[in-house]
Amino acid sequence: MISLGIEGTAHTLGVGIVSEENVLSNITDSYCSDGGIHPREAADHHASVIGKIMENSLSEAGIKKEDIDLISFSMGPGLGPCLRIVASAARSLSINLNIPIIGVNHCVAHIEIGRFITGAKDPVTLYVSGGNTQILAYAEKKYRVFGETLDIGIGNMQDTFGRELEIGFPCGKEIDLLANKGQNYLELPYSIKGMDFSFSGLLTESIKKLKTNRQEDVTFSIMETAYSLVVEASERAMSHTEKNELLLTGGVASSKRLKDMCSLMCLERDAAFFIPPPSLCRDNGAMIAYQGLLEYTNGRRMKIEETVIKQKWRTDEVEVNWI
Amino acid sequence: MIIKKGAEADIYLEEFHKVFGFEFYNEKVIIKKRIKKGYRISQIDDAIRGFRTSKEAKLINKAKIFGVNSPALYHVDLNQKSIIMEFIEGVQLKEFFSSKGLDKKIGLDIGKSIGFLHKGGIIHGDLTTSNMILSENKIYFIDFGLSEESEEIEKQGIDIHLLKQALESTHYDISKDLYKTIIQGYSKVIGNKKKDEVLKRIELIEKRGRYRKRD
Repeated sequence: MISLGIEGTAHTLGVGIVSEENVLSNITDSYCSDGGIHPREAADHHASVIGKIMENSLSEAGIKKEDIDLISFSMGPGLGPCLRIVASAARSLSINLNIPIIGVNHCVAHIEIGRFITGAKDPVTLYVSGGNTQILAYAEKKYRVFGETLDIGIGNMQDTFGRELEIGFPCGKEIDLLANKGQNYLELPYSIKGMDFSFSGLLTESIKKLKTNRQEDVTFSIMETAYSLVVEASERAMSHTEKNELLLTGGVASSKRLKDMCSLMCLERDAAFFIPPPSLCRDNGAMIAYQGLLEYTNGRRMKIEETVIKQKWRTDEVEVNWI
Repeated sequence: MIIKKGAEADIYLEEFHKVFGFEFYNEKVIIKKRIKKGYRISQIDDAIRGFRTSKEAKLINKAKIFGVNSPALYHVDLNQKSIIMEFIEGVQLKEFFSSKGLDKKIGLDIGKSIGFLHKGGIIHGDLTTSNMILSENKIYFIDFGLSEESEEIEKQGIDIHLLKQALESTHYDISKDLYKTIIQGYSKVIGNKKKDEVLKRIELIEKRGRYRKRD
């Protein structure tokens, strides 16, 4: 069975094609700006590139439209205008090709492609991206949220901080490079509440510190603090759930320092650490295609009328029918 | 003997006399040692372990003044970041609810204890059923490492929100009813008006989070 998946919850538009055994293609194109995401502009970006990305994805997979058996798309959570572009494209493909359609949850798709690619069996997942920062684990038919940010996502924090330094959006890569040059740790608020955490106080204080300190040192300090928070919360969740695997995913998973910290934490507690390749960590179409395939082959069906986008679709609302 | 490698501390169980050199009602003690975390830079790691050790030592005792059961504190070592305390023999409420299901009396008692803490100006900071022990029909609260002194409604709200989230993820089959009885117990101690204020704040906190359903 061949599944084509379209991702477009935030700044990235992606089209991926997978079979039951393999990722056949996975093409993305991202909207960039001087500061943050303007939802309408991001949606315009998606609409303008989707045709081209679709063609490229098909040609890379070496298949024709007619070979596709299933259309999957990111139904939420995410930015309304972006989700609507993707949903419309998916619906029209499904109708034109007369093949089934499945709308999937973006966060769950991140976890499942991660398990598929890395072979992790029953991990605690640390999912870090622009808007999402969650600690998830499976129990009784749901991916349950054990910990999460009480305010903004870790990537949002990075981007807002980056804007102060006049770094263009998204800022993750440059922030990490800058942090590497820092040496002096400046004391910043470390806000962990059980397995939850918050970043807005850390962000405000770091911006204040920029006035009197070297950029490199403040960047080093804010990122060391933020990464320590999410790694500590993950460790708490592993201890609480008595699970022995950690899966790191999401756009911010590309940070080398965060990877190293996760891997050290797991080493110290004799747990296994898994991370998918960067192309499958960040937002992408292949994970959506794979998630749709997983749900479809396990019996889920959707009518066109049911493919209504869900901007605030929580991970723990998805009924897991494939485990 | 090490009995648990927790997320932030190694937990040892020892005979009282082996640690202190004399007998004390044949008691056993728990040694909780906050270990270095290699993933954190030492400036963050040292500060956190020291801060939490002293907070825990202080508030584990203060909780008792307000009628909340907690282990007796025997010794604190801020250099080693370790605490020696009474061993509470009993069953973790996490295990208890998983095997026995809902028990309304225990729910009420949990709520009352949280009420006593909040009334006394203590935020526990890590309210999960892993951190409550049932021993001789009494509930003991442990692990005060993330606790703080505050009477702010925001902090009280987060404290209970965390418990609610922990119930939803760990005791999904009984979480709604359990939460309800806990709030009943809480209300008995802090009063209806204050309870409503806290519940209202929890709603706000949950709306602030990402993608929380607004129902």
